[in-house]
Order: sequence, then structure tokens, then C-alpha cells
Amino acid sequence: MRNLDRITNPFNDDKVIANCGIFGVMNTAGGKMSGRDVIEAMANMHDRGNGLGGGFAAYGIYPEHPEEYALHVMFETQRAREETERALQEWFRIGAQEPIPTRNTRGIANAPILWRYFVEPLQEEAIPPTPDGAIALTPDDYVVDRVMVINTSIDGAFVFSSGKNMGVFKGVGHAEDIGTFFCLDEYQAYLWTGHSRFPTNTQAWWGGAHPFSILDWTVVHNGEISSYGTNRAFLEMYGYYCSMHTDTEVIAYATDLLVRKHGLPISVVAKVFAAPLWQDIDRMPSPDRETYTALRQVYGSLLMNGPFAVIIAHQGEMIGLRDRINLRPLVAGSKGDLLFLASEEAPIRLVCPDVERTWAVQGGEPVIGRLFEGIVEPGVDRSAVYEEPCIERFYGHKGQREVHSLSGMRAAM
Amino acid sequence: MLREDSALSDRVLSIDTSGVYYRDLNKMLREGVAKGAREFVLRGVTGQRYIGTGLVERVSIKIFGTPGNDLGAFMDGPSIEVFGNAQDGLGNTMNSGKIVVHGNAGDLLGMAMRGGKIFVKGDAGCRSAIHMKEYRDMRPTVVIGGTARDFFAEYMAGGEVVLLGLTLPPGVRHSCAFMGTGMHGGRIYIRGAIDPSKLGKGVIIQELSEPDWETVKARVAEFAAYFDMDAGAILSAPFVKLCPASTRPYGVLYAGRN
Repeated sequence: MRNLDRITNPFNDDKVIANCGIFGVMNTAGGKMSGRDVIEAMANMHDRGNGLGGGFAAYGIYPEHPEEYALHVMFETQRAREETERALQEWFRIGAQEPIPTRNTRGIANAPILWRYFVEPLQEEAIPPTPDGAIALTPDDYVVDRVMVINTSIDGAFVFSSGKNMGVFKGVGHAEDIGTFFCLDEYQAYLWTGHSRFPTNTQAWWGGAHPFSILDWTVVHNGEISSYGTNRAFLEMYGYYCSMHTDTEVIAYATDLLVRKHGLPISVVAKVFAAPLWQDIDRMPSPDRETYTALRQVYGSLLMNGPFAVIIAHQGEMIGLRDRINLRPLVAGSKGDLLFLASEEAPIRLVCPDVERTWAVQGGEPVIGRLFEGIVEPGVDRSAVYEEPCIERFYGHKGQREVHSLSGMRAAM
Repeated sequence: MLREDSALSDRVLSIDTSGVYYRDLNKMLREGVAKGAREFVLRGVTGQRYIGTGLVERVSIKIFGTPGNDLGAFMDGPSIEVFGNAQDGLGNTMNSGKIVVHGNAGDLLGMAMRGGKIFVKGDAGCRSAIHMKEYRDMRPTVVIGGTARDFFAEYMAGGEVVLLGLTLPPGVRHSCAFMGTGMHGGRIYIRGAIDPSKLGKGVIIQELSEPDWETVKARVAEFAAYFDMDAGAILSAPFVKLCPASTRPYGVLYAGRN
């Protein structure tokens, strides 16, 4: 039967207008919020996604398991689940395990089997060598390695969340429906991020929805990483294997590598991902010029090329970053202890009608909200700072501002 | 389509837009016009896209809240006043009419604009006035009260942009990089200091001619009237003009010969 709507649409406005939407909210004083607002904010940006992917990350949701890694795993078959559970029992002490609670939701179909496991690695001496012969050094290293093993060697099993006291919830559907499906209104977190997906280059599947994560690092992303091949090859040298068929995955692994393994401050990681243009580096005063030059030389393979706006989060921090020439939007807002980040201003004002200020995040300049410190970086143009320190005038920071993390970085290099 | 709480009286139609999907809202506007409404008051606007798009009547639309992307895109006649901030794509490819924003605007303000006027009280985002154009008496105008961001007036082909810098603290320059890159027509007037290293290639700085001053004075007077400011105070600071060094900056890039 003919769809008359399509024939008689006088405005010819049936074009797909989507382009991923991202949202994040953090209470920097640690107060917790249910997932209701973040679901409402994602629903407000409904048209930025096309129903082929939605997801959320929530921090502080498992206070009853503070020291156990919460593994969220999707299985395509019961057999994959059995095989994975046998492996988990061999590698970890499993404190608790259960299906991830879901409710029947219109618009969500074909969900995989979804389970979560709260685990601790067995005693260090019992940790077996990694496949390449090296001994895993820390529990974090061990968990990363085991996640990679499951995702690359057990058919139909994917670990999509592996941090402590946090969790990723994602799947195929509109973001607000995914949030309802996972009962996120019943969780309490001090930091939430959300994503609605409009897949461009890769297929839509449950593991390919955002956020992407490793340990407690999560990334939601609007845009595309055209340097994916280079980034992925570099990360493989450090034991990170991309298995989710989506470019954003490299951002999660690169962040873990640079912060946890190489000890760079997150504000410097932002300058690796969205490095200043060479012409701007040439105009910088010394020693910034030498430092930024060294950063581009050492970490050129982790430069994220192409358009992006991302919200990166981990325990205690939420970071917003746009590519250096602003090819994707990111707006910030604040009210008291609350920091908001979003693709558009409207969802911020919807869930926080009395937001005190909103501002456009500038390309290559990270916004950083930190637990108990407030907004430590506002995400505005550094070139304005070189001329006159006027940032406070705009945004009136709470707490102590991390003036310039370059000294910390030089120590780390 | 029009809801019962949408009151039409004295040809003024008030609509509470909370929770109304953008397509339904735009249908309400078109139906309202068909029923004789000349003025619309939209309250509780939260991100609805394309408001005013495709309307060709000279109606007025007052918006309270945060209108969504592409406000007034392809608009041909209406006057829109926003009491709040505008998002990305304000006045995209607008043909005629007027948009006044009592706040800031997002990226791509006036992109490919062909006619009409846009006045923004605060700052504008990246790629404002990108590829504006003009033809005979179709001459678009953009006035930005604050500053703008990178790629300001890139590929500009016509019309005029006035950047007033009223939100810049003393001693701080406009920091938009690649200003006017690829510009080959139109005029950019800037109040406040700019960093010449941030100018796009093929753009030159000039002093204002007498006709330029007349244009700037008229635009600033209109701007000041909308936002209840003192035009004389704004005009007391120096302005510079940016113009294209060539009308065919890339003439030899692909064609081989200029």
C-alpha cells in the first residue's frame, strides 16, 4: 500500500537531519541524580539520532561494590555466556553476578543477553602471563587485558563496561528508549553522559553504540575520527585491540594509555587529541612552543583528525572537547555545582531552566569538571589567555584553577 | 493541528510550545498564517528546529526560550525576535526578513545568506556570515554586538557584516582565526582590535570611506535601537574595513589562468 504521506508531503521535509547528539551532567560536589534528566535531555535532541544507537554512562551507581570491577557484558548466544563465565571464574573472584535489569520498551528489540559481574582479580601471584609473555603489572592492566581477550576471542561476547562503581548502558534504539529500557531512572549517579547515534561509516549494532569504554573511561562522540587507522595501529602496539567496529573506540583506549600508563594530565591529553595547528605553535612563547612541538612529535599517531565533539569521563572527572577547527558543536552550562555539556543549548535549559551561564566550548580547548574542585578548565580560547587573563571574568571559577598543566606534563615526559 | 490553548485574538497567535515537536510547531505557524494571524508569540521554546523556515509572509514571530538549529532558514519575509540565545545555523540561506537575537548565537550564523538582516546582541560562534552573497538589490546585513569565532566571514561573496566587539574586555582583541579566508566580495566592518596574523589569506585591511561610514552608522543606529544602547558611544571607537584583495582569489588554483 502506498504511503500517501510521502507522496503528498508538500514541504519535501522527509530528509534525515540527524547527526549524533551528546549530553553530560556532573555534580562536582558529588550529589547524586537519577537518570531521568539525562534521558529527558536526550529526548530533546531526538532528531540528532536516527534510532540506530543510544547509550549512557553513569558514575557512582554501585556504592555497594566500590572496589570490584563491574563488568557489563553482552552475549549473542547462551553458549557465549557459558564460555565467558567459565573464563571469568578462572581469572577473577566473582562477588556478584546478575542479569542487567531491563524493562520491555517500545522501540527496543533484539536485545542481546545482558549480564553484569562484580569481580576482583585473583591474588597477584595467581595472575597468569599475558599472551605476549609479559606479566600484567596491576589489577587495572589485568582487567584491560582480560577485556581484550574476551572481546577478541570469545565469539558473540562483548564486555562494554569494566570500571569500578560506574557503568555503561547502551544498545540499538533511540537514546531515550535505551535509557528507559535499562531503567536508568532507578540509578543514582553524580555524573551522567548520554549519546544518540546517527551511524555514518559503520553498521548499527549493540556493541557499536556509544559510550565506548575501558576501565572507568567512557567516551561519547559526535563526528568521525578519520585518523582511526593510524590511531588503531599505534594503540595495538600497547595491547589495545579495537573490536567494536567504530572509530570512537580509539579515544577511550588512547585516553587510558595516556593518563593511566603515561601519566599525562587530562588537559595535556586534550592537546594530543586536538593539537594546536603548527602555525599557532610557531607563535607561542617559549617554552610552550618546545613543549607543544614535542607533544606533536611524540604523540602524532594519537592526533584525532576529523570532526569531533566528545565528552570523556572517568571517576571524578568530566571532560568536553571539540576538534581544533570546531567542526562539531559543544555547549557548556553551569549552575552552582552542576556542569553541563551538550551538542545544543536547549536540552541544558530544558533540564535546568535556571542555569546560571552557558557558553560555547572552543575547538581544542578542554572543559574539565572535577569532583570537589568544580570547573577547573572552562574550554575557551587559549590565545585570549596569552594576551590577558580574562577567563575568570566570564566564568568565575569555583575552586583552584589548574593554571597551566604544562609543568606537570614536562615532569611526566 | 492548532491546539485549543493556542489563543488567536487580534490576529495575534500565542502558542505554548512545551513538548511540541518541531514539525507540528511549524505546521501551526503555517496554519496560523492561513487563518490570518500576523503575529506569533511562542513560549517555552526548547530546541525546535526550522522555526520560520519557508514562511513568505511578513508576519512577526516572538520567541521566548531557546529556538533550535536553522532558525529562519530559507525564510522570505517574517521578522523574528528571540528573547534568549539562538543555536546553530541562524538565518541559514535566508532570503528576506529580519532576525533580532537578545542573546548569543551559535555557529554558522547567516550561512549563505542572500538577503534580509540579522542583529545579535552578544557573541556569535564559528563560521558566522560564511559565504554570504548579494545580487542587485538583495544585500544581506549581519550585525554582531560581541565578538565572533574562527572562520568569520569565510568565502564571503557579498553583503555586509558589522562586528562590534562590545563584549570584549579592555585590551582583548577579536580572536577569530582565518577571518575572511577566501573572501571575494562583500564588506566586513570591525570595531575593536584584530590580530593581523589571524586574517585569512587574500584579505586586506582598509580605512573606512565616507560611504562606508554612512553604512556603518545606519547599521549601528538600527542595532542600538533594538537593544536600547547608545549608538554614539558605539561609534566613538575606531572601525576598520576588511575587503578582498581579489574578486577571484582561487582563479588560478584549478583553472590555470586568471
